[in-house]
Amino acid sequence: MRYYVLRRVLLAILVLWLVHLMVFSMVRMFPGDVVMMRLAQDATMTKESYERARQELGIDRPFLVQYGETMGDLFRGDLGDSLLSGRPVKDELGDRVWLTLHLAIMSLVIAMVIAIPIGIISAIRQDTPADYGGRFFSILGLSLPDFWTGVVAILIMSLWFHWLPPRGFEEIWIDPIKVFQQLGIPALIIGFRFSAIIMRMTRSSMLEVLREDYIRTAWSKGLSEQRVIIGHALKNSFIPVITLVGQQFSILLGGTVIIETIFLLPGVGNMTLDAVIFRDYTLVQGAVIFFGGIMVLMNLLVDISYAWFDPRIRYG
Amino acid sequence: MARETDPELLSSSPAGIRGAALDVLKRQAVGLKRFSRSKPMGAAGLVFVVLIVLAAIFAPVVSPYDPYASNLNENGLPVRLEGPGASFPLGTDALGRDVLSRIIYGARISLVVGLGAVALGTLFGALVGLASGYFVGKVDQVLQRVVDTLMAIPAIVLALAVITMLEPGLFNIILVIAIVIAPGTSRVVRGTVLAIKENVYIEAARSIGAGGTRIVFRHILPNVFAPIIVIASIWVGNAIVIEAALSYLGLGTPPPTPTWGGMLALEGRRHLENAPWLALAPGAAISIAVLSVNMLGDALRDVLDPRLRNR
Repeated sequence: MRYYVLRRVLLAILVLWLVHLMVFSMVRMFPGDVVMMRLAQDATMTKESYERARQELGIDRPFLVQYGETMGDLFRGDLGDSLLSGRPVKDELGDRVWLTLHLAIMSLVIAMVIAIPIGIISAIRQDTPADYGGRFFSILGLSLPDFWTGVVAILIMSLWFHWLPPRGFEEIWIDPIKVFQQLGIPALIIGFRFSAIIMRMTRSSMLEVLREDYIRTAWSKGLSEQRVIIGHALKNSFIPVITLVGQQFSILLGGTVIIETIFLLPGVGNMTLDAVIFRDYTLVQGAVIFFGGIMVLMNLLVDISYAWFDPRIRYG
Repeated sequence: MARETDPELLSSSPAGIRGAALDVLKRQAVGLKRFSRSKPMGAAGLVFVVLIVLAAIFAPVVSPYDPYASNLNENGLPVRLEGPGASFPLGTDALGRDVLSRIIYGARISLVVGLGAVALGTLFGALVGLASGYFVGKVDQVLQRVVDTLMAIPAIVLALAVITMLEPGLFNIILVIAIVIAPGTSRVVRGTVLAIKENVYIEAARSIGAGGTRIVFRHILPNVFAPIIVIASIWVGNAIVIEAALSYLGLGTPPPTPTWGGMLALEGRRHLENAPWLALAPGAAISIAVLSVNMLGDALRDVLDPRLRNR
């Protein structure tokens, strides 16, 4: 087990390094650069001042020199400074990660709360109206794009209720009411879409488990439906669901990018879009490392817990 | 389902061929009827998909106005932001263009991108998956780390970065979404190949001296088709959503080409309060298109995935 965990951790670090290398190369292939974007309206910009600004930021140097420096900084735990604002990327991220983490966790909780009961009912009442309803709900969730539900939500809030969520962000332990006012609806939108995926998996995994011999044994022992479903079936059908949540977590994180943009929430997702538009290399790198880090961590936790549950995997 | 050789097919008389063709049609009609009876949601999806495809193909015929032209009133001024009514079923936008016509033309982009990206992405993914699953060891390790890397970045962020690098345009958008689709597909194909390789008939093929290429393309590939079609059908809807999301973020096919996402973002959001139909109509178009594709795909999955059959 210890060997397995060590191997997984090393692989996770390797993948994170590859993610960094990929985004590092990609941003440098973007057309234009931060100086051009910053000075786009500046009529007094000359070729000399443009070159000087590039030199000051250090983005005129050869690729490998820049990469060497970035990696050196990274080993010291320094993500560099934002090319646009000049502030350390660590601080820029620090201001925004809390909102995105709040939003992601709230969405995940909402998704699980909606999806798991519907998935279970859909499975144990297979091919009944309840099942069809559940399945339709799931397809609907997969089909309604979040930027569209987001726009409709804003329309309803502002046009009919003349209400807009408060601005600025306070962590949940400081001002919980404000957090719910601000992130409640966005989290509901992301959670709804994500719940469709989890519901599907819960249903099919539950259906598979319900056909197992030990479930028949549980029934023939005369256990109540509740005991069979919750005590025996649910626990065993959970592993594939957990795996899926880990794998598909990027959909949820992607949802935060779109929803933060629509609701003008100052989170990492919103920042990512601006950073890409302004060609702020270091900030894009920071943002992608943040998302990639969450993904890699989620998958690592899933892998390890999976192996812990099921010894066959450790030695596979 | 065993298929007997139709004796009429063998005869070369024109009547025989016509009869055989009719027979095939009849058989397909029966299949379609059976499909619609056992999968009503899938059949409904199929009807809508066919309607949308027809509307896209015959856009110049079905759309009531020119999607690019400003419609003028009797004073020669553009009919700006007129609400839905008799003359403009879905209203007009800020330039006086007919929203319905723009939505019909927008279906072209969505469908071309949706199908193109899925075809390309599935091809990439299937090739990588086949290679990875067949040559276990170093090739597999390297390919899988690349796949891990691509999958560690949220799809929309990856698409955002790649499209910025390549600059927006129809083909580049297809390419970008294909890059997003390929890694997941390759995972599934790899898993299937690993399972198929354990079968006795692969060992038999090898023992009679079949080479690697022959085994992969003649013996493994046909058995991977069902899962490939299943994932591809799931991805079509997603590809349409990603295209619309990119257009929404201003990185889609550049204006004035009408795209659903672009209409929602450019015209819809700007006039959200005084002309909500500009946002509602394209959003509804995306939702209906993706919903019908997904309903069809779901039914297809039930039919094609033997593990799920009779469930």
